Amino acid sequence: MDFQLPEELIDLKKSIREFVDKELIPVSQQVEDEDKIPDNVLKQMKELGYFGLPFPEEYGGMGVGYMGYCVALEELGRANAAYSNILGAHTSIAGGTIALGGNAQQKEKYLRPMAEGKMLGAFALTEPGSGSDAASIRTTAFKKGDRYIINGQKIWITNGPYADVITVYASTDKTLGPRGISAFIVEKGTPGLEYGKVDHKMGLHGSHTCPLFFEDMEVAEENRLGPEGTGFYTAMKALDGGRVSLAAGAVGGAQAMLEASVKHAQERQQFGKPIGENQAIQWMLADMEVEIHATRLMVYHAAWKLDQGQRASHEAAMVKVYASEMAGRVADKAVQIHGGMAYMHDSPIERGYRDVRILRIYEGTSEVQRMIIAGDLLKNSSKN
Amino acid sequence: MNIVVCVKQVPEPTGTNRIDPKSLRILREGVDSVLDPADEFSIEAALQIQEANPGTNVVVVSMGPDRALEAIRRGLAMGANKGVLVSDANLAGSDALTTAKVLAAAIKRENPDLVLCATESSDAYTGMVPGGIAHHLGLPLLSYAKKLTLAGGKVQIERQTEAGFQRVEAQLPAVVTVTGSINTPRYPALKGIMQAKKKPVDQLTAADLGFSPEQVGEKGAKEKVLGWAPAEQRKAGTVIKDDGTAATQIADFLAQLKVI
Repeated sequence: MDFQLPEELIDLKKSIREFVDKELIPVSQQVEDEDKIPDNVLKQMKELGYFGLPFPEEYGGMGVGYMGYCVALEELGRANAAYSNILGAHTSIAGGTIALGGNAQQKEKYLRPMAEGKMLGAFALTEPGSGSDAASIRTTAFKKGDRYIINGQKIWITNGPYADVITVYASTDKTLGPRGISAFIVEKGTPGLEYGKVDHKMGLHGSHTCPLFFEDMEVAEENRLGPEGTGFYTAMKALDGGRVSLAAGAVGGAQAMLEASVKHAQERQQFGKPIGENQAIQWMLADMEVEIHATRLMVYHAAWKLDQGQRASHEAAMVKVYASEMAGRVADKAVQIHGGMAYMHDSPIERGYRDVRILRIYEGTSEVQRMIIAGDLLKNSSKN
Repeated sequence: MNIVVCVKQVPEPTGTNRIDPKSLRILREGVDSVLDPADEFSIEAALQIQEANPGTNVVVVSMGPDRALEAIRRGLAMGANKGVLVSDANLAGSDALTTAKVLAAAIKRENPDLVLCATESSDAYTGMVPGGIAHHLGLPLLSYAKKLTLAGGKVQIERQTEAGFQRVEAQLPAVVTVTGSINTPRYPALKGIMQAKKKPVDQLTAADLGFSPEQVGEKGAKEKVLGWAPAEQRKAGTVIKDDGTAATQIADFLAQLKVI
């Protein structure tokens, strides 16, 4: 048992922290106000290798595993939530499904350029009538010769407006339920792929989602990921990694709010002394620290399990629900400690407070995570 | 082509250096240490030459305690091929000229065509080491390069001066010191960071380079630091209270300085 990160990952963490402090935090208000990450920042991140962290080196990735990926997302989470959001959609779930379910040709053609930052990925599962009940999707794919004709609609697709590669989930056999869902790799510019208006969101500014429409969209059979009917299972497996990395981003965001709160508690004077000398403030700071630390350990443990090649659905569900709710509590306390100034639009705490709210909803709501956890408990205890 | 870049690990330059009152050396224990930011410009300059001339070998050389390996590793993460660390308890307390002598011996083993240094380190600021290295290697020294080009076996630089710049050149091999305006150093790519530990680093002692304990360190030093004093505090400015004539007073003051 060793709680120390490997030396390479310590160097990686340090280097990313330096990049975040020097390049990302100085533009964080600009990203928020303009709802856009400056092009040169994204370009630099692509060149430095941020878009291929967990992927194997043989496909152009950094080969740092889920542990390295989570360490990176934690550091990036200290800046705007947009970074871990864009990277999470691209890496964990879009790239993740190709890494898990793709064949060698598909990985060479799509995963490599994605890992090298030359192609951006999106993951299209959610539909207007199908959120938590992901197996109920209505998008269909009918085989016609060596092609599939795909019809349907997806919503809130992160990176959707500009992704080069989209993994699309469609039912190839409605009678089979989840076992009838298949995954397809769809390239930007495919005829029949239409885009809806970019969504106006409560937070996550700088990261964009939009609806996608498929009207008799033809996809070559060679772009089907894995055998027919395996799409849903590949998606669920990729979502395990997604949930862990999402939790890592939440830890980073919470850490930034704690650091700001500590600084504020030391500097803000009321009644002739720093407010941090009040026990009421100290207790909030202590509770924030405890919860962040606990979540970080849960993230590392789940990431470690994934890197060992073990199934980690249970751990992923636990860390996802805990991290997202922890981040909400930490953000709420950070607002309370900062008082009125945290209610102002140009405060990073105000931004953080809005940004954390989505964590309890996307990539499986808190309720769905609890269903998974409790389901495992009841299933296992009935066996005993 | 072989390029050697001299690097140094220094206390985090945003902090204030603390001096050990006994040895009069900069305290390096318990302080965050980093690759001297000034060295990142020389490493970047070397890597740009490497990119333009594939096959170029970039070696980062440092003299310092064992943990100076971290500074070397940063250079390797940026893209250098190999590191050389001269580390030896006997070297502690070496003066600038001894440092230059030892570094020159380590550099010579690499058979360099070009040696790049910062103009001075960001902790002790003597600025004497590059000249010393050039002397011991018997190579020409081009200093304060704000631009560097290689052509026809020569190195040409734009040498920063107070008034502008001079264009000077020398036959290779040569030693060049570079300023902070020569380039924008890259961040180490994430892959570079992961590979840095796998790159070779030669660890040498003073004896490996043919020096006896008497020739180096405090014993071999010809220069002695007699004392340190804090920099003079900047004097407080004049505060003008507005009694209705403040604008005139400020204008008069600026006119007196001949800025308006």
